[in-house]
This record gives sequence, structure tokens and C-alpha cells, in this order.
Amino acid sequence: MTADRVVRVASGQGFWGDWLEAPKLQVRGGGIDYLMLDYLAEITMSIMQKQRVKDPAAGYARDFVPLILDLAAELVTGGVRVVTNAGGVNPAACRDALVAGLAGVQTARPLRIAIVTGDDLMDRLDGLLEAGHGLRNMESGAPLSDIRDRVYSANAYIGMSPILEALAAGADVVVTGRSTDTALTYGPLVHEFGWAADDWDRIAAGVVAGHINECGAQAAGGNTLFDWQGVDMAVPGYPIIEAAADGSFVVTKHAGLGGRVTWATVTEQLVYEMGDPADYITPDCVADFGTARVTDLGEDRVRVSGVRGGPRTDLLKVSIAYHAGFKATGSLTYAAPDALAKARRADEVLRARLDRAGLEFDEIRTEYVGAGACLGREPGRWAAELPEVGLRVGVRAGSRSPVEGFTREIAPLILAGPPTVTGFAGGRPRVQEVMAYWPALIDRTVVESELRVEVTDA
Amino acid sequence: MKVPLARLAFARSGDKGDTANVGVIALAPEAYPHLVRELTPARVKSHFAGVCRGDVERFELPNLLALNFLLHGSLGGGGTVSLMLDAQGKTFGAGILDLQVDVPEAVVATCDRVLAGEIPGRPAGTE
Repeated sequence: MTADRVVRVASGQGFWGDWLEAPKLQVRGGGIDYLMLDYLAEITMSIMQKQRVKDPAAGYARDFVPLILDLAAELVTGGVRVVTNAGGVNPAACRDALVAGLAGVQTARPLRIAIVTGDDLMDRLDGLLEAGHGLRNMESGAPLSDIRDRVYSANAYIGMSPILEALAAGADVVVTGRSTDTALTYGPLVHEFGWAADDWDRIAAGVVAGHINECGAQAAGGNTLFDWQGVDMAVPGYPIIEAAADGSFVVTKHAGLGGRVTWATVTEQLVYEMGDPADYITPDCVADFGTARVTDLGEDRVRVSGVRGGPRTDLLKVSIAYHAGFKATGSLTYAAPDALAKARRADEVLRARLDRAGLEFDEIRTEYVGAGACLGREPGRWAAELPEVGLRVGVRAGSRSPVEGFTREIAPLILAGPPTVTGFAGGRPRVQEVMAYWPALIDRTVVESELRVEVTDA
Repeated sequence: MKVPLARLAFARSGDKGDTANVGVIALAPEAYPHLVRELTPARVKSHFAGVCRGDVERFELPNLLALNFLLHGSLGGGGTVSLMLDAQGKTFGAGILDLQVDVPEAVVATCDRVLAGEIPGRPAGTE
């Protein structure tokens, strides 16, 4: 090991549904040590939980299995290790599907697969409440008992310790449940460089690297407002973190692919989903994003250095999803002349019919797409000239029946409403179940005592 | 001179529950102190009057020449509860850039050169 040694952690997925080619391009571009794949957003766990209730072999990011089967031989020959939270609410089922699939894949040696369990608190909730863990809502202060019978999923955001254990056990593929997104990047760095668990500055630097990696192409030209016209996003290179032992790192991407890595794209991602930048809390440290220094080295290379951090807290965040009623959204398009006026009249007609039918909702929201819907702005002087306007009406209620009633009142507007209406293909709006999010905190030892790593060769 | 913020800065936005975050990044170092002066939480709140029901908090990131705003109560309840088209606040970043700011002409000229690709927005580094 030399002082110049670097470890490369490539980002391959930024959410469940991201571009499936990206991780293949990361591996086939060569030179990477780790591939991190982030599949989980706040609401993803509850969706996976609903799938698992219907099918005990479901509840993880299904895309992940065929991806690994496709890449397995190259992971072995290239020495690339995968760290992912694809396990969702069912890491064991994800492992089982991988093992079954790998039986039909030729690799130079078996792959060692590790799964991490113990973040799932669903089966422990009543015991935790009885033991005095209130799991109060961090924002409202309300006790979990208010909604206990409506909880769908409950997972603690866990940190690097089980990832380190899995990598030390020689895992080629580490599959976790609700690992914090950033740990998928800093776990490998702590493992490779042997940083101490209380080396807060270096771990914080790894957290910043993880924040850059966790949204896929967003750090490499995706969504950039700086010069979006100039970036080729058809076949983009996703970000690669090239980290040094001192915690500093370079953000880059494979040459020959689209996308772009500049001070602007990296800074945009640093401020994305940011709260108080000095108080970025993770399970393994509190990072201060304000200390990061960003230097553009040219040629799609940007150095990030100077990151400072502080001690981890005694608490872990718990992500709880619970049933909170039903909703539906319906859309129609009105064309000029007077497109906006027609859409407004249609909304009046619709609301009158909802009233007449005696349907009651917790919320009805009308938006005029093309006329200021996104920011709730009036279209001002353009109002009379808009060539078309989308009428978008959403309703939400505690029970299903008024929402179903609403879905039957949209289509009649096509013949029994203002003129010049189109865009109604697709039939009645679908009733969706509303999953609300309940953030809470818990004593970390209660979770960490139950974390387990299981290793399988396949 | 009065110009839209887009002449001085670019931005990215995201969500945390019912709170939207809007990060505003200076196009050039010279622009940053003007952002700090012009972009008060009160002005940002009134710019987003159509969506923002709660308080606006501001954090300064001088190393990054950026400001981070938290717009509380702006996403219709957040997550899947929200009935909003933009329930994740994705458009708020672009949405802040038409806020009018009053800045010296020379600063605008420098930022224009950054946007035109004539000069870098940050000092270039070496490996």
C-alpha cells in the first residue's frame, strides 16, 4: 500500500427504476474497485413491504438479480465488489434468487454473497413500544401508538458496521436492507483504508462522497441547470469516486461516455436534498458539508477535500410507513381558444357534481398544467394565449369510497362539459393507497444488537 | 442593475417530507456576496407564495459559494400524501431563478462570461 493508493467506488443506480445500462457501463469501463447500487427512497420500503405481504419471495429490488447474473463473470475477473441496499424488506429472498440464478452462470470461481439483516423492526414494534421506546414522530412529537395498527413497514437506517463485517468476510456482493444510502460508498472506503470508527473527518468525507454517488447521474451532468444544453445525456457516464487514504477524493466518470463532471455538476449534487449542511446526520458521524472544498481539475475530474465531521449520535433514524387513506388524480386537456378558462369551468362543473353526489374529501386540489401548476403561480399576461392547458384534479380521503366516486366523475366531462377537450385516453383514474411517512428515532444499541451478516458462496 | 437571479446563479432543489430544499450556487465568486445580501428568507418566501405555507430557513455555504433554503410546508404534505404535480419540489430550483436581484453591472458581466464559457466559474485546479 502506498500513500498514492486510490480506491474507486462507482455509482450504478440512483433509485429503483434507474437506467439499467449504467452499472454495466461502469463495470465494463474497467478500473473500478466497487460498484454501489442505491435502490431505496423513503417510500420504497413500504412498496416492497406490500409486495412481500402478497408474495413471501418478493420485497426487494427485482432488477438487481438479472443485473448481477449478467455481470457475475466480469465482477470475478475484474475484482469488482458490489455493495447495495437492493435487499429492501427481504434481503434473504434477494439472496435466494441470486443463488438460484448463479447456478446457471459460468464464473471463474463462486461468488461470495453476504446479506445484512436486522434493520427491519416490523416484527419487533410491539415489544419496542412495551419496552418504552415511544418511536414518536420526529416532526409532530406524536406517539407511534396513534397509528400503530396502520403501520406497513418500519426500518432503522443502519450504518457501515455490517458492511465492514461482510467485506472482511470476503463478500463479492453485499446486499443490505435499509442501509443509509451514503454507507454504500463510505463502507468500502473505511474497509479499504482501515479508517478508525471515530476518525470523524475521514468518515464524513466518505459521507460526502456517498451523497455524490447516491443519485446516479445527477452528479455527472444529469439535471444540471448550469449548461444543460451542452451535455450529451444519451449514454452518460455515471459518477466514480476515486478516494485517497486522507479522505480527499476526485469525482470523475469513464472517458468516452456522455455526461459531464465539473465544479458545477458536483456542487449541484452537494446541495441536493440538503438540510442544515453543518448537521448532516448519518449512523456513523455527523458531517459538515460546509467544510467541503470543490476544485475543478478539468477533463471531468473534480477534487473534493477538507471535509470535517463530528461524533456519531446515540440514536438511529427509523423510517416508518403507514396507511393514510386513498387518493386519485384525473387529467383532461383543454385547447385554445380560452384553454385556461375552459379548464377552470370544467373544474367548477366537476366540483358541483362531487358536491351533488355527497362525496367528502380531506383535500381536493386543482392544478392547471401549462399555466403555473408547478410553482402555484398565476400565468398572468399569457393566460388568454395558452394553446392548451391540462386540468389536473386530485382528491384524498380516509376511505376508498369517495375516491372511487371521484374516478367516475372525470370522464363525463368529455361530453357533458366545456368544449375542446381531449387527452382522456387511459380510462378512469386509478385509486391509490396513500402511504404516509413517520420518521422516528431509536436507541442505536436496540438495533445494532440484532444486526446479522450471513455469507453464502454460489 | 436589476436582473433575474439566473444571470448570477444556478440551483438544484429536492424534498424531505413536506419541506423543499433549494440550493442556490453563485456562477462566479464575485456574485456570492450579492446573493447573501439579496436572497433573504423573506424574499424567497414571497417568491414562492404560491406553494410555501411555512417558514423559510437559510444556510450559508461560503466554501461552495452557495446558499441553501429550506421551504417548510411547501409540498402538500410530502411523499405520497401530496396531491401536487411537483410533490418533490423538483422544479423549485429553476423556479427561484426568475427572482429579481439588484447587483452591480460588472458582476453581471462577469457571470455572463461564465455562462458563455469564456472564463471558468471557479479557479481551475491541478492534479
